Amino acid sequence: MADHKKNPMKVFMNGLITENPTFSLMLGMCPTLAITTAAMNGVGMGLATTAVLVCSNLFISLMRNIISDKIRIPAFIVIIASFVTIIDMCMKAYLPDLSASLGMYIPLIVVNCIIFARAEAFAFKNGPVASIADGLGMGLGFTWAITLLSAIRELFGNGTIFGVQIMPAAYQPMAIMTKVPGGFITLGLLLALVAAIRKAIAKHSAGKEAKA
Amino acid sequence: MQKLAVTSSPHLRAKASTRSIMLDVCIALIPAGVAGCYWFGLRAALLIALCVGTCVASEWLYQVITKQKVTVGDFSAVVTGLLLAYNLPANAPWWIAVIGSFLAIVLVKQIFGGLGCNFMNPTLAARAILFISWGTIMASYPVASGNFVADAATGATALATINGGSVGNVTILNQFIGNCGGVLGETCKAAILLGGIYLLLRGVISWHIPVSFIATAFICYLIKDGAEIALLQVLSGGMLLGAFFMATDYVTSPVTNAGKIIFGIGCGFFLFVIRAFASYPEGCSFAILFMNVVAPLIDKLCAPKAFGEVKKHG
Repeated sequence: MADHKKNPMKVFMNGLITENPTFSLMLGMCPTLAITTAAMNGVGMGLATTAVLVCSNLFISLMRNIISDKIRIPAFIVIIASFVTIIDMCMKAYLPDLSASLGMYIPLIVVNCIIFARAEAFAFKNGPVASIADGLGMGLGFTWAITLLSAIRELFGNGTIFGVQIMPAAYQPMAIMTKVPGGFITLGLLLALVAAIRKAIAKHSAGKEAKA
Repeated sequence: MQKLAVTSSPHLRAKASTRSIMLDVCIALIPAGVAGCYWFGLRAALLIALCVGTCVASEWLYQVITKQKVTVGDFSAVVTGLLLAYNLPANAPWWIAVIGSFLAIVLVKQIFGGLGCNFMNPTLAARAILFISWGTIMASYPVASGNFVADAATGATALATINGGSVGNVTILNQFIGNCGGVLGETCKAAILLGGIYLLLRGVISWHIPVSFIATAFICYLIKDGAEIALLQVLSGGMLLGAFFMATDYVTSPVTNAGKIIFGIGCGFFLFVIRAFASYPEGCSFAILFMNVVAPLIDKLCAPKAFGEVKKHG
């Protein structure tokens, strides 16, 4: 990690796929399980987190030489909390419905592990451009992961995706999917699926190398 | 000439196999099924067939798709299907039976590695999922009518009446022969006891879990509501079916006898707590599921001492 010139595109893809915060790092499980009851919630939560993550990564990266090592955690909290407050107020003003359905979980972005982990592990050690790329990659990686999760839960638990009826009218919603156990079950199955895909890819590329 | 094969002891092998044990459980479940068909009509038989069929088919399909050894022949899926059907109201729609069977086999059993690896009883976990998802369907119990005739009427179960602490129109005889509301296979206590005694005599289950389970629940109600209600509570809902057929599942209950007694006491106690104080009238399945989850801890607590092991001091 000594090189200071990280390729932003690689950093971005790393967050989006390779080290996806939900499927590989397993960070931010609280909002992942709590708000993923409807696809719209997933998108809203994901984008709000992305916005905070990009801004906090940028500022922490810019100030990394000023902030003393000893007080870095309080400094991170102040920076992150400022952006969360801004986002929270903006959502209340412009997207009141979404804000109401996410409720407490928007202010709780302050203590989201993804944002802390990226501040500590990446932004505090890297330049502003790479940090923005990391924030975008991690944020959008989180967004697509929880949107997928919440779309599956909404489909089975409510018969809709983004509020559009998908299942036939006779479908009786499986209520457990929009409750907490449904979140755990769906997340577990998705993690298993991702692990299986990774294994298949690794096997495939190993086979290619052996041939070459 | 055949090669001489020398294997390590034990050389005497019991004939018991998964298949023979599961077959015994199937036989023990027959009386309750027949009683269910008698009280609830032809629909009950169709539900049983559908559950068993779907369970076996999903186990076969999953094992074929994931390229595992097909173990449908061990009859464990048949037992799961039978028990799941016995846990459904007899007027449940067909898709409830199909989804429940699929979830029991694939989600609860096979994904965790198949028979012996599931941490919860597949039947009960599937029932819990169905119950939380489609509560109104799962909790509308048809009234028993008898003579293999179906009756569309639904009514309050005995539990709903006696949980209030009064006997009402519930009689011990009706509870015992199954002339009461409830899920398909739980109403006729005589048939369940018959099956349970068969399992005990065949040595498939030991007395520890059923006896400690039922005794604990009985004593709790004896203290709370007196002897008559306590006896009716034992004869109502799914307690007997759960105590003999589901709490005794080898995979999800403790191994040692002491552990089994702790497990049974826990089941009985939590059943009492849920029935008496929670918002659900029946707590049998949730009590057993809860104890399923703590079963590994009980096993750890009750691990027998190795020969020569000395108690550690300080």
